[in-house]
Amino acid sequence: MLHSSESNVRVEELLARVAGGDQDAFTGIYDALSGAVMGLVHRILRDAAQAEEVTQDVMIEVWRTAGRYDPERGTAKAWILTLAHRRAVDRVRTARASAEREQRTGILAPERAFDEVAEKVQDHDEQRRLRRCLAKLERHRRVPLMLAFYQGLTYIEVAAALSVPEGTVKSRMRAGLRELHACLEGQA
Amino acid sequence: MTTSKEDPHLAVGAYVLHALPPADEAAFENHLAGCEQCRREAGALLETAARWGGSTQTVAVTSQARARTLLAVAGTRQNGTPQRPRARGRRTVRPALAASVAAAVAFGGVAAWQHHESDDARARAARAEQRADTESSAIAGVLTAPDATVHTGELTDGTTAAVLVSRSQARAVFAARRLPALTGDRVYELWYAARSGNLRPAGLVPNASRSDFRVLKGSPVGSVAVGITIEPAGGSEQPTTQPLGVIPLTV
Repeated sequence: MLHSSESNVRVEELLARVAGGDQDAFTGIYDALSGAVMGLVHRILRDAAQAEEVTQDVMIEVWRTAGRYDPERGTAKAWILTLAHRRAVDRVRTARASAEREQRTGILAPERAFDEVAEKVQDHDEQRRLRRCLAKLERHRRVPLMLAFYQGLTYIEVAAALSVPEGTVKSRMRAGLRELHACLEGQA
Repeated sequence: MTTSKEDPHLAVGAYVLHALPPADEAAFENHLAGCEQCRREAGALLETAARWGGSTQTVAVTSQARARTLLAVAGTRQNGTPQRPRARGRRTVRPALAASVAAAVAFGGVAAWQHHESDDARARAARAEQRADTESSAIAGVLTAPDATVHTGELTDGTTAAVLVSRSQARAVFAARRLPALTGDRVYELWYAARSGNLRPAGLVPNASRSDFRVLKGSPVGSVAVGITIEPAGGSEQPTTQPLGVIPLTV
């Protein structure tokens, strides 16, 4: 459950209409969620122009594939943000691959701010809650989550970066997410 | 590398974080397909990850980016779902209307450029300077109007063009992706077409313009279509060439 259930119901209805080809409904979804999509994508890519492109790709994907959304499997907002995370991670991997080819790895190196829980931005409730829950995780669980979520590293890359066995990284990611889930539900 | 003795459930966290390499991801999705309990866990954790994503500070998109996306969507076919007639009626040129407007454009007469002869250079410069500001706030105004509608059509060269209309604001914005650059002293000119076939100049799109968006001159109220033609620099009072495209404003 996301924290603002009223606007979620609206997004759910709009997404069903988008699946039927309703452009006005798409405009409604765009206006409700493009800021959140752009925020997430920008946080991962740290580049406004690229973030804008990826945001557009995400929203067009929402339009194209709205019919695939299954309400049984989660909220519409979660579905859209999952698409956004996926696209941003794909983009950051492509960028990193080409940066490595060009021998300038500084910008996207995983060491950069990899454990930064604090955001230098204004808070809202959900952000505070999330941050509190992330901060509660033990560091060895939190760091793999952060590296994957914000830097787009695969578990294999995380394992290499932290010199931890790959299987251990996988189980820490799972345990960390479960703990985060429990913490968020407990405080909702 | 992963070992076979490992519990396949373990990958669920990495899966949800999009942190599995492609081969592992495909293998895990296979596993998911046959494991109800895993799908439930993946669902719950996906929701958590999405909630994490949704707690990121929002960043507003620019009105240009918004319009670009709405325009792109208007010309993008959806997967697996047949287009409903209502949607289709809006985004293709209705032949009868197009023909009547095209006829009106063709018989529109000869160029009359008097309206620009009185312009002195200073007034023109001042207007150009003002335009940058007022233009973008007018575009934003139309795009955020609750009654804004998008109407699209194809130009003769295959370019998609769209007109965004807000009747409550009595304003319309023309958008086209990469209009071909014109050679010589020619400009694109936009027209409002009334049901009667009368055409009203709705402003110029300068050749040098890199902007995809143009606020139309005057109100769309009473118009049933927007047309675009190529005219001599400075524009014409009535079209002098065949239209490149006509975009119906009716649903």
